[in-house]
Amino acid sequence: MATNLEQIKTEELARQEKIRATFKICMGSGCLSSKSDALAEKLTAIFAARGISNDCEVKPVGCRGLCAVGPLVRYTDKDVLYSEVKEADLESIADDISRTPCGGKIVNTNSNFFKKQQKVVLDNAGSINPLRIEEYIAFGGYFALRKVLAEMSPGDVIETISRSGLRGRGGAGFPTGTKWKLLAEASGDEKYVICNGDEGDPGAFMDRSIMEADPHKIIEGMAIAGYATGSKKGYIYVRAEYPLAVKRLEIAIEQATKLGFLGKNIFDANFSFEIKLRLGAGAFVCGEETALIASIEGKRGNPSPRPPFPTQSGLFGKPTMINNVETLGNITRIIRDGAEWFASIGTEKSKGTKVFALTGHVANTGLVEVPMGMTLREIIFDIGGGVANGKKFKAVQTGGPSGGVIPEEHLDTPISYESLAALGSIMGSGGMLVMDEDDCMVDVAKFYLQFCVDESCGQCSPCRIGGYQMLKILEKIIKGRGEIGDLDKLEKIARAMKTASLCGLGQTAANPVLSTLKYFRQEYISYIEGGVKYARQMKRG
Amino acid sequence: MDRTTSEINPSGGMENRIGKYVDRFGQEEGCLIMILHAIQSDEGYIPREWVLELSLALGIPVARIYEVLTFYHFFKLTPQGKHNVVVCMGTACYLKGAADILKGVEENLGIKSGETTADRLFHIDVARCIGACGIAPAVKIDDEVIGKATAEKIIERLNQIKALEGGNGN
Ligand SMILES: Cc1cc2nc3c(=O)[nH]c(=O)nc-3n(C[C@H](O)[C@H](O)[C@H](O)COP(=O)(O)O)c2cc1C
Ligand code: FES
Repeated sequence: MATNLEQIKTEELARQEKIRATFKICMGSGCLSSKSDALAEKLTAIFAARGISNDCEVKPVGCRGLCAVGPLVRYTDKDVLYSEVKEADLESIADDISRTPCGGKIVNTNSNFFKKQQKVVLDNAGSINPLRIEEYIAFGGYFALRKVLAEMSPGDVIETISRSGLRGRGGAGFPTGTKWKLLAEASGDEKYVICNGDEGDPGAFMDRSIMEADPHKIIEGMAIAGYATGSKKGYIYVRAEYPLAVKRLEIAIEQATKLGFLGKNIFDANFSFEIKLRLGAGAFVCGEETALIASIEGKRGNPSPRPPFPTQSGLFGKPTMINNVETLGNITRIIRDGAEWFASIGTEKSKGTKVFALTGHVANTGLVEVPMGMTLREIIFDIGGGVANGKKFKAVQTGGPSGGVIPEEHLDTPISYESLAALGSIMGSGGMLVMDEDDCMVDVAKFYLQFCVDESCGQCSPCRIGGYQMLKILEKIIKGRGEIGDLDKLEKIARAMKTASLCGLGQTAANPVLSTLKYFRQEYISYIEGGVKYARQMKRG
Repeated sequence: MDRTTSEINPSGGMENRIGKYVDRFGQEEGCLIMILHAIQSDEGYIPREWVLELSLALGIPVARIYEVLTFYHFFKLTPQGKHNVVVCMGTACYLKGAADILKGVEENLGIKSGETTADRLFHIDVARCIGACGIAPAVKIDDEVIGKATAEKIIERLNQIKALEGGNGN
């Protein structure tokens, strides 16, 4: 007998109905670091001491996004959000149950930070307890999987995903429906679906938050992908630096298996699917799909030339498809609410929403989800609250080590895969680093390049040697010992790397340098003309 | 590779030691990295004898295991300190002064990143983003993530640990 979703949903909603006051405490990595787990314990103890544990619940939830002022506690019944909560505030917060809330530091939830966001992938994040599958089901979880198995053919599913216009969120923006179709058409009955949770961009944590806050959404998305493409097995590849995400996924897989959403004959249909977790081990290049496959096979994460593409010959030589975490996080809503609904969000060619990790010198650092087509200015100034400490905006970096910087004059660009590429950056996976007037662009470029040099697997010479040579030139410039001809040299090596490198790492490694040269060439020239004296003044000499 | 057998821990117990990991993952293709993770998580690093034993148990040449071990930054081949201090040098943290924090920690402990103090109490590492960018700069001491860190804040924490460990807290 297949699990009765309605029954679980009804029971859970009835349980929640009986609770008079729910306090959701963020247990994302950010808030946990300020001891939100201790807050949860203390608040639970306060409710017990007051004898109100029966109808007052303390609920651990995932990230709500406003990491800058964590730890966050949300009293949902009265729609109050408390920020920077300390243990000492909790008695007074508990008093708010029987009065107009005035305990703790209350955040205005009518601000642009909340109003201008649109949550699709993160709809459950911060609302449900990621450790309880019942809450996921109560919010509509696993209904999409049941629907595809009962009512849709694999072809219908692929057609729906194609029609929605969903494109890969891992960086390149490849149409997801097309990718699924390629795998579905590949021959053989052993095929694999891989979820890429490597999140290599060293300044971004979108995928981490999704996996931690709503792990079942990824599992359900993968099972649907498995059905559509004819795969029986999936792997989730998570970086080892994310132990909490690993833990929550492990628990979620176990729960889903127990209720029959994974395993044999799911919902009594002729479809079986299982998921295994695999850990990364601190190598950026393993986010690249062919390297990732090698890593799951237990080997060094060396990328290999494509073709053959993974959908032709991938994991263990079998047809394989790699989807990013956020990409898979969109699937359930597309099935439930329809391709047309999804396609109504965003721009002509970039549909849906995008999650960004707002970091750097912006007031509201944290995680935001916005419809495609919103301008960078709205994201950084309306949602992000502008540059912190009253400083002046200089540039925003998107796309991490493969991306570039975008200066003030282009802030009114509506974001889409195409528009960001036209500016010399990329959408990337969603890192958005805001830089103020005091940040040195040459140093930022050097930082990213250093990263790529460290992370180059060393197989191909354009990347290994080119990156190293560019780095040496940058070091020379920033020490005030550069020559004007160095800038041409940088551009020349960059071109060689772009055209001749084996994988995406080398092909894009020069982008941060090229884009800073494009928009902030004067900063390079200042180092060159100002010499050692200038470099010392900038504290780089 | 005939030294393989002779280097193996003569005190025996090998089947038991390695067996539990091989049992857990051994049936699955490509399980090597998962086993290495499990060993490191228990032992704190990957001791050479374990690699030799693993090689026999899985039938993978020692050289191939080292090829994997040395490729991935996460695996440690030498014992780490009792307390691991990981300074995040990811972009968000770097932009917010992580380099100064690292310098402060290095000076306080008298070692460089990647090194362990002589008393094996502390080890310093740098990370490339620990996913706490929203509260950058972030430092991880053992399992505790410290957000919005400053060199002072971290050194204060280090001194607390030193005091607890009975050191002189210099
Ligand atoms: C050097 C390098 C690193 C990458 N890192 C990631 C990553 O961390 N996460 C990710 O989803 N994709 C990453 N990618 C992109 C993947 O190769 C792949 O395109 C993606 O996972 C496909 O999923 P999508 O179509 O859903 O975006 C990386 C690519 C390169 C070249
Ligand atoms: S950059 Fe340091 S936590 Fe992400």
